[in-house]
Amino acid sequence: MKDIIRPGITLFILLSIVTGIAYPLLTTAVVKPIFGDKAGGSILMDKEGKAVGSALIGQNFTDPKHFWGRPSATSPQPNNGTASGGSNLGPLNPALVDAVKGRVEALKAADPDNKLPIPADLVTASGSGLDPHISPAAALYQVQRVARARGLDPKAVEDLVAQHTEGRQLGLFGEPRVNVLTLNLALDGQAK
Amino acid sequence: MSNHAWLLLGLYLVILLALVRPVGSYMADVMEGRGFAVRLGGRFESLLYRLSGIRQDEEMSWLKYALAILFFNVLGVIAVYALQRLQIWLPLNPQAMAAVTPDSSFNTGISFATNTNWQGYSGESTMSYLTQMLGLAVQNFFSAATGIVVVIALIRGFARHTAKTIGNAWVDLTRITLYVLLPISFVYAIFLVSQGAIQNFDAYKDVTTIEVTKYDNPKNGPDGQPLKDEKGNPVTEPAETQMQTLPMGPVASQEAIKMLGTNGGGFFNANSAHPYENPTPLSNFVQMLSIFLIPGALCLTFGKMVGDRRQGWAVLAAMTLMFAVMAFTAMHYEAQGNPVLSQFGIDPSAGNMEGKETRFGIADSGLFATITTLASCGAVNGMHDSFMPMGGFVPLWNMMLGEVVFGGVGSGLYGMLVFAVMAVFIAGLMIGRTPEYIGKKIEAYDMKMVSIAILVTPILVLALTAVAVMSADGIAGVANPGAHGFSEILYAFTSAANNNGSAFAGLSANTPFYNVMTAIGMWFGRFGVIVPVLALAGALAAKKRITASAGTMPTHGPLFVVLLIGTVVLVGALNYVPALALGPVIEHLTLFAH
Repeated sequence: MKDIIRPGITLFILLSIVTGIAYPLLTTAVVKPIFGDKAGGSILMDKEGKAVGSALIGQNFTDPKHFWGRPSATSPQPNNGTASGGSNLGPLNPALVDAVKGRVEALKAADPDNKLPIPADLVTASGSGLDPHISPAAALYQVQRVARARGLDPKAVEDLVAQHTEGRQLGLFGEPRVNVLTLNLALDGQAK
Repeated sequence: MSNHAWLLLGLYLVILLALVRPVGSYMADVMEGRGFAVRLGGRFESLLYRLSGIRQDEEMSWLKYALAILFFNVLGVIAVYALQRLQIWLPLNPQAMAAVTPDSSFNTGISFATNTNWQGYSGESTMSYLTQMLGLAVQNFFSAATGIVVVIALIRGFARHTAKTIGNAWVDLTRITLYVLLPISFVYAIFLVSQGAIQNFDAYKDVTTIEVTKYDNPKNGPDGQPLKDEKGNPVTEPAETQMQTLPMGPVASQEAIKMLGTNGGGFFNANSAHPYENPTPLSNFVQMLSIFLIPGALCLTFGKMVGDRRQGWAVLAAMTLMFAVMAFTAMHYEAQGNPVLSQFGIDPSAGNMEGKETRFGIADSGLFATITTLASCGAVNGMHDSFMPMGGFVPLWNMMLGEVVFGGVGSGLYGMLVFAVMAVFIAGLMIGRTPEYIGKKIEAYDMKMVSIAILVTPILVLALTAVAVMSADGIAGVANPGAHGFSEILYAFTSAANNNGSAFAGLSANTPFYNVMTAIGMWFGRFGVIVPVLALAGALAAKKRITASAGTMPTHGPLFVVLLIGTVVLVGALNYVPALALGPVIEHLTLFAH
C-alpha cells in the first residue's frame, strides 16, 4: 500500500495542475485575441455604448410594442441570468396546463382578432429559461399586434422579421429561428 | 419522424462511424506506448514519473491496479469536497460564493469522481471559478481516464496469456490524459468559443434590459427562510427590475471535457440547454458526436489490441443498432406534441416544446437525449422531466440497459464485454460446450465476477428507490403528481447507480436524504463494477490462449451481434419491468384519458 500512496498523491497534484490550471488558462489566452467578443458573453451595446443584454440570452418582453420571447420558468423573475433552468413540469401536470392556459389568454387579450394557430414555443417554457429565440411562426403570429401598437405597416414589420430570421445552421442543423432581443432593438431603432 | 430528423440521424451515424476508426487506432497506440504523440510528450511524461516516484516499466497485478485506481479516485472525492468547503477563502471567486453545505459537497465529490456528475446544486449560484476548474473539471478528466484505463486493463486480460499482470495504472492514467483527453479538449474548447460559448474569469455582468420586468418576489422571514402563509403557499411581494445579471466563467474549457469524457456536469444549472454552454445547433451536433466518440472508438481499440478487428466491429454493430432504435423512439414521441395542450388552439405540429430550446427543436433535442442517456454522459439540452411519457421512457430505459450501448468512456465497453462473456456463456449452455471468448475459456470464477458486475446496479437502483418511496424524506422531494412523481424518484436512482447524472430535475434532490442516498448509489454503482471487472481482467490474463476449433462459436458475425443485443435487452428488461410499469407506462396510458 505504501508504494501506492506517494505516487498517487504526487501524480494527482501534478495532473491537477496540468488539467485544472494550465489547460483553462491556456484556452482563455488563446481565444481572447480571436474570439474575444464571444468569449466575453456576446454583449450587445446600444448607441450610447451602454450594455443592454447578450445576443445569446433572452430577455422578458410583455409590452405589445415588442415581440415576446419564450416563456421562462426561472425564479423569482423570468429570464433570471443567475438561475437558469426549465419548469420541469411533467406533460400531464395540471400546473403545466394552467400555465399554458394563462399564456394563451394573455396572447389573445393582446391581439383578440388573431385567428392563426398558436405556435407551441410561444406558450411553453424553454429548457434554459434564457432561450433568446422564437420560431419564425411565433414571430409572424405577433406581427399584426406589434404593427398596430406602433402604427407601422404590417408588411414593414414582416420584412424586419424576415431579416432577423436565421435558417438551419449550414442548412442541416437545428431549427429556423428569430432572435427576439436583436429584433426588438431593431424595432426600437437602437441596434448599433 | 420528419425528414430533418431522418437526415440528422443518418448524418450523425455516418460522421461518427468515420471518426471512430482513426481515434480507436490512435488510442491503442497510445496505450501501448507507441506512436508520434508518445514520442513527442515522452520527456514531459518521464518528468512526471520522476517527480512522483513512478517506475514506468513496473507491471501491476489486478489487485494492485485496483487499489491504485481506488486511491486515485478517493483523492478526487477529498479534493472536490475540500475545494467546495473552502472556496470562500480561496482565489477566483468574484461572486463570493459561500462554502457549500457538507452533505452537498460530499454528494458532488462522489458524483464527479465516479463520472456520474449528478448535480444537486445549481452551478451559477453555488460554485466559484476555482472549484469549477480545479475541482470539477479536473475530475472530468480523471474519472474519464479511470473508465478508459479499466477497459484497457480488461482488454489486456484478453490479449495477454499466462501473465500475472495487467499494466501500470499510473502510466495508463497519465497517457490517456496527456495524449487523448487533453489535446482533443483544447481544440474542442476553441471551437465552442467560436460558436459563442464563454471563456473568461470576469465577474458576472449586469446589463440594463429593454423593458422593466414585474414579478412576485418571495419574502423571507427573520431567519432567512421563505415565509409561508397558513395554506403553505409562499408569501410574496410585488417587485420590479430593469437589470439582468449575466453569469460568466471559464465555461468552454470545462464544457469540452464534460462532453468528451461523458461526464455531463454542466457549468450552469441548465447544462447544455444554456446558450453560454451550447450556443448553436452546430455546437450541439458536435457535442452529440463528442459523447459517442471515445466509447465508439474504444470498440476498435479493443479489436486492434486483441489482434482481431472484427471483434471490435461486432460489438460496435450491436451498440449502433440499439442506438438507432432508441433514437427513433424518442424523436417520434416528442414530435407528436402534447394532446392535453391542443385544446387551447395550439399548433401540434411543432411537437412538445416544453423544456426545449428553439434553436434545437424536437429532432436535435430528442437525439441528444438518447445519446446522453445511452452513454453515461447525463448532459441535457432539454428538460427530460417535461418530455412526453414515452419520450421520457427512452432516457430511463437507456440507463437501465446498464450504460453499455456506447456507455461511458471505458465503462461502456467494459460493461458490454461483461455482457459479451454472459452471452457466450448462455450460448455455451444451449449447445453444451465450454464457453470461450477471444481465445479464453470462460470458467466459474469468471462467471462469478460477471454476475456481480451485472447485478450490482439493478440491486442498487431498485433497493434505493424502494427506500425512498417508503420514507417521508424521499416523498418530500417529488415535484410532479401521480405516476410521474414515482418516475422522478426511479429516474434519480437509475441515473445515480448507472453513473449517468441526468435527472427528472423537478425532484428536489439537494437534501441530506437524497445527497446521501444518491452518493451511495453512485459510489457502489461505479466501483462495485470496476473491482470485479479488474478481477476478471486478472483471471483472464493468467489463462492460456486456446486456438479456435470447429466447436468455437464465432463472436464476430451477425449471430453473435443478435445474441449480444438479446442478452443486454433481456437482462435490462427483466430487472426493471415492474418498476417501469408503475412510472412511464401508467403515465402513457393516462394520456389516452384526455
